[in-house]
Amino acid sequence: MKAPRFAYARPASVTEALALLDKHRDDARVLAGGQSLVPMLNFRVAAPKVLVDINRIAALAGIKVTKSHVRIGALTRHVELERSLDVAKHLPLVATAMPYVAHPAIRNRGTFGGSCALADPAAELPACALALGATFVVAGKKGERRIAAVDFFQGLYATALKPSELLVAAEFPLPKPGYASAFGELARRHGDYAMVGVAVHGSTRGGQFSDLRVAFFGVGDRPQLAAHFARALEGQPTIAKSVESALAKLDADLAPRADLYSSAATKLHLAKVLAGRVTRQLVA
Amino acid sequence: MSAPAETVEISLTVNGEKVKRAVSVRLNLADFLRIELELTGTHVGCEHGVCGACTVRVDGEIVRGCLMFAAQADGCTVDTVEGLTDSREIEELQSAFVLTNALQCGFCTPGILMAAQALLRDLPNPSREQIREYLSGNYCRCTGYQAIVDAIEAVAKARQARGHR
Amino acid sequence: MSEFDETTKTLNFDGPNSYIGRSVTRPNARRLAQGRGQFVDDIVLPRMVHVAYVRSPHAHARIVDIKTKKAGAMPGVVRIVTGAEIALVVKPYVGVLTHLQGMRSPPQYPLAVDVARWQGEPLVAVVAASRAEAEDAVEAVEVDYEELPAALDAERALDPSEPKIHKEFDSNLCFTRTVDTGGVDAAMKAAHLVVEDTIVFGRHTGVTMEPRAILADYNRADESMTVYHCGQSPHMMQGIIASRLSLDEHRVRIVARDVGGSFGIKIHTYGDEIAACALSLMLARPVKFAADRYESFLSDIHARDHRVRARLAVDRDGNMLALEIDDLTGVGPYSMFPRSSGVECNQILNLTGGPYKHKEYRAKGTVVFQNKNMMCQYRAVGHPIAIAVAEHMVDQAAAKLGIDPAEMRKKNLIPDDAYPCKSPSGMRFEALSHQQCMDKLLALMDYEGLRREQAELRKKGIHRGIGLSSFIEVTNPSPMFYGVGGARIAAQDGCTIKLDANGSIVAATGVTEQGQGTETIMAQIAATALGVEMSCVKVLTGDTDKVPYGGGTWASRAAGIGGEAVLQASLALKKNILEVGAVILKTSASELDIVDGKVVKKGTEQGLTLAELARICYYRGNELPVDFQPELVVTRHYRVKDYAFVFSNGAQGCSLEVDTDTGFVKLLKMWCVDDCGRVINPKLVDEQARGGIVQGIGGALYEQCLYDDRGQLLNATMADYLVPMAAEMPDIVCAHVETPTKTSMLGAKGAGEAGTGGAPGAIMNAVNDALRPLGAKVTSQPITPETVLRALGKVN
Repeated sequence: MKAPRFAYARPASVTEALALLDKHRDDARVLAGGQSLVPMLNFRVAAPKVLVDINRIAALAGIKVTKSHVRIGALTRHVELERSLDVAKHLPLVATAMPYVAHPAIRNRGTFGGSCALADPAAELPACALALGATFVVAGKKGERRIAAVDFFQGLYATALKPSELLVAAEFPLPKPGYASAFGELARRHGDYAMVGVAVHGSTRGGQFSDLRVAFFGVGDRPQLAAHFARALEGQPTIAKSVESALAKLDADLAPRADLYSSAATKLHLAKVLAGRVTRQLVA
Repeated sequence: MSAPAETVEISLTVNGEKVKRAVSVRLNLADFLRIELELTGTHVGCEHGVCGACTVRVDGEIVRGCLMFAAQADGCTVDTVEGLTDSREIEELQSAFVLTNALQCGFCTPGILMAAQALLRDLPNPSREQIREYLSGNYCRCTGYQAIVDAIEAVAKARQARGHR
Repeated sequence: MSEFDETTKTLNFDGPNSYIGRSVTRPNARRLAQGRGQFVDDIVLPRMVHVAYVRSPHAHARIVDIKTKKAGAMPGVVRIVTGAEIALVVKPYVGVLTHLQGMRSPPQYPLAVDVARWQGEPLVAVVAASRAEAEDAVEAVEVDYEELPAALDAERALDPSEPKIHKEFDSNLCFTRTVDTGGVDAAMKAAHLVVEDTIVFGRHTGVTMEPRAILADYNRADESMTVYHCGQSPHMMQGIIASRLSLDEHRVRIVARDVGGSFGIKIHTYGDEIAACALSLMLARPVKFAADRYESFLSDIHARDHRVRARLAVDRDGNMLALEIDDLTGVGPYSMFPRSSGVECNQILNLTGGPYKHKEYRAKGTVVFQNKNMMCQYRAVGHPIAIAVAEHMVDQAAAKLGIDPAEMRKKNLIPDDAYPCKSPSGMRFEALSHQQCMDKLLALMDYEGLRREQAELRKKGIHRGIGLSSFIEVTNPSPMFYGVGGARIAAQDGCTIKLDANGSIVAATGVTEQGQGTETIMAQIAATALGVEMSCVKVLTGDTDKVPYGGGTWASRAAGIGGEAVLQASLALKKNILEVGAVILKTSASELDIVDGKVVKKGTEQGLTLAELARICYYRGNELPVDFQPELVVTRHYRVKDYAFVFSNGAQGCSLEVDTDTGFVKLLKMWCVDDCGRVINPKLVDEQARGGIVQGIGGALYEQCLYDDRGQLLNATMADYLVPMAAEMPDIVCAHVETPTKTSMLGAKGAGEAGTGGAPGAIMNAVNDALRPLGAKVTSQPITPETVLRALGKVN
């Protein structure tokens, strides 16, 4: 399982990287953490002619807290998110999710941007981005554009990124007072991709659910918000019974596909069980 | 910036020694260490980052040697099980492993020692459950893991007793 | 004081200087912990080249045309060889044992010729300067296939409408056998209760951490071949390579240094390995084949793909009267050479119900060819299935009668004083300890306490399960296992032991090490018998040039058979040494002993060290009488004569919790009481049990080779095929009972496989124990969350 031949470039800046991507288009792939891309090369299910290694582009790294946002650079390693005090303070949902992402050795190399750009439907970070209403910052030849998470994830390994574009960061709004989050996933073995997972963020102010975003992963071709379920909860008191009564709405939100080990029916069942357990964590 | 190339010159430090080589860009770090530098203590078990047998340390953090290209290690500091043995950094762990029989065939062992050393740095006083969780990135097919947990727990306790950090 | 009693010819294993029964650490562990192992892929030879294979993407296809011109021109390519060309250099092999009557399999070549019969079967070899370049060229080889209908459903394999895999046979039947005591129907009719069930076991595989690898080095000048191989049976491989490649056997040398896990996977004859040897012969240079993980999943032998229908008849009080099973298994398109793919089924017929006292038994086994990967022996061969089936049926009957499962077993396990006796299937038991092991297990796990806790937690809606299994395990096989069936696999083993010039002991043994501790226990035995410190004993294994002809390691034979040969050789060497000592010290040998490496007059410290004695013998023979010649190199052999196999036995327990909403099973703790006869190194036996149990857990809860309806293996990656990882595994408590076998002086039985054999039965019983109050039951493995949810009716 040796990687096929490719040509390798290591740009020092975003501009250089964009130039390479623009020149080689579909022949090129971006190499960030490599924890998902390199296995694909080793299995020879991907054979890009050019690999653009962005790991030395300083502008892409770093976690920055502004008055309104937490900006996570695309090249931020998972381990940095895991250890960051800023993330723990301002984005507790992400902090809770990080220990579920693979294993320490993977987290030391894998990047936030890589995970979101790949958009594996069973990955944790895209769902967190969706639940927290993050905005992705994308750079192209014509400049930067911003894409809301809900528009960014478009299908199985498909995002709004165009071939010659580069994901540079994501901006997470600072949570407002009265907001809480909860996270959970079911996996056969610790660190596996989730069979089913859910990231929840919303307000519990005044003992009522409101502005709820319930993002599932592992149950569709992309992370998805369970709108009917969330709407059924909004306005309801933050008690366990509210959650239980709303679970049936998930039939309208989710149309899971079977995978190697679970039928679609099993996936839906597990999604409901998990949604109940995780959303109940928001209950006082 | 030069055009994309199929070979690059890399300079790195491996187990404290400066190394300079021209490498094929598709050569991964594990194969580079094993074939170019003949450091065969790092093993290749799956080549897709799951089994952990290829775990080495790059710039102080454990990584999968099979998921990194040697070209990417340019300018980096790499430590393998041989280096950690010669520097005696993992001597205590190795002794504990022998004592509890935390290895049988030895194929997963260098990767597990790398992970164990990182674990004890991150969690100096781990519970057995925490040890098991941290080690979940390293497969062992021989021991069933219990003796490995015993060894790491023993080293952690010994270090605690000595007032180690 | 003497450890060896000349009169009774027994060794006192409990003496103060005995290493037997001591948990000494392994001398070879330090090296491995330092990354100084020597695995096949670590070895580099001058002018070495690498091979990668074109493998069939289809389960069944005619190979219409192969174009290699484009591939041959690629960088680094040395040679491309098709299956037809390899067939000119390699004699085909047939994986049939003649004592499995009626078994048939057609001749098989290393690479497919004309027809590929499983997805992953190799058909073209590409040799290049590096593995990466070989893989590049593999992609450029153009093969025209004509897809053929594939036989993929074992239940339908014998239907006339199913695709027939081999033209020369009238059906896809490989082997069938029936065992019948004759009284099953009558017993079932007269029984108070008959319980019936069908249990399905998922095909799974070994996943050794080190993938298979071989480095063949043919030297044209002296027509010799040295093969570095990560196999368990070097002498067997020597014979196979020599005979298939038409080389003189004594000019073929097999070297097995460190092996990264084997568990039976690396004991079979793989086409890609034989082809690598053939390529070395053709190219007259070293050829290395190191399988990658993907091809390991596709081509390492699979195992344990069985559907078993079972019926158990019991009387009003719960006494077992009759057991009947019908076992169907779908193997690969060929029976594997040389051990055959019928042994797993045969073991199930022989062993199901073995611990129990019922008299009537009928078992039918059917082995059918399939267009899936080859299937053959993997750790505990057949036992996990045999034990799980019987243990499940015992629990089913117990539940229907309202008898506690532990009580049910104590009622029905063969009493400890009933030996020697025979099972209804004809297995002869020398002396087992089922009752003692079960009692010890129940105390160890605090069975009563667990039941109380279970009852309390049930009230809170927490579903704990407690499962038991009793097992027998085949160990120390005689020639009745393979030799009698025509396979050139040694059941005997030998040890050549010497006192070297500096006073150290070197013991060469025909059994091999893959991490279980073979070298360590041989050193313990030799040191004990000779009266020296273990640190002076060096053990040589795994090199056909250096060790006596032996069988290697399989069927848990190393400790019992290899160990006995080491013991006898050591005692014989000691006798020779004492003769020398008698001459030098001018006394009689019966007055002397060896204590702490010194030949001394019994009860005194007067004498000379072995180093001094050796110096005289090797360098200063002038100091010895002219008519006396010391012989300080001795060889002894051993084979099991009195029984076909020397069975070990034991009991396992499992405590787990079932999340009835998610179907997840959480293992809380497991226990194993094993009677492997005399224990040489308790820690190593425990660790074999633990590692074996975790492999059993794999089969029970996680592992399955998933094929689609086109015969494509769907989960050939470490991410998709679920090998147990540390976080989900429980701590496992081990204990021993020792019933030494009288078939040898050492009295040791095997211990390597019992963990794997007994675990799946205990786990499935525990899950069903948890689900029983909910009216649910699982009867298939692996028990996935979906399996549990379906059983509970929560999912269709």
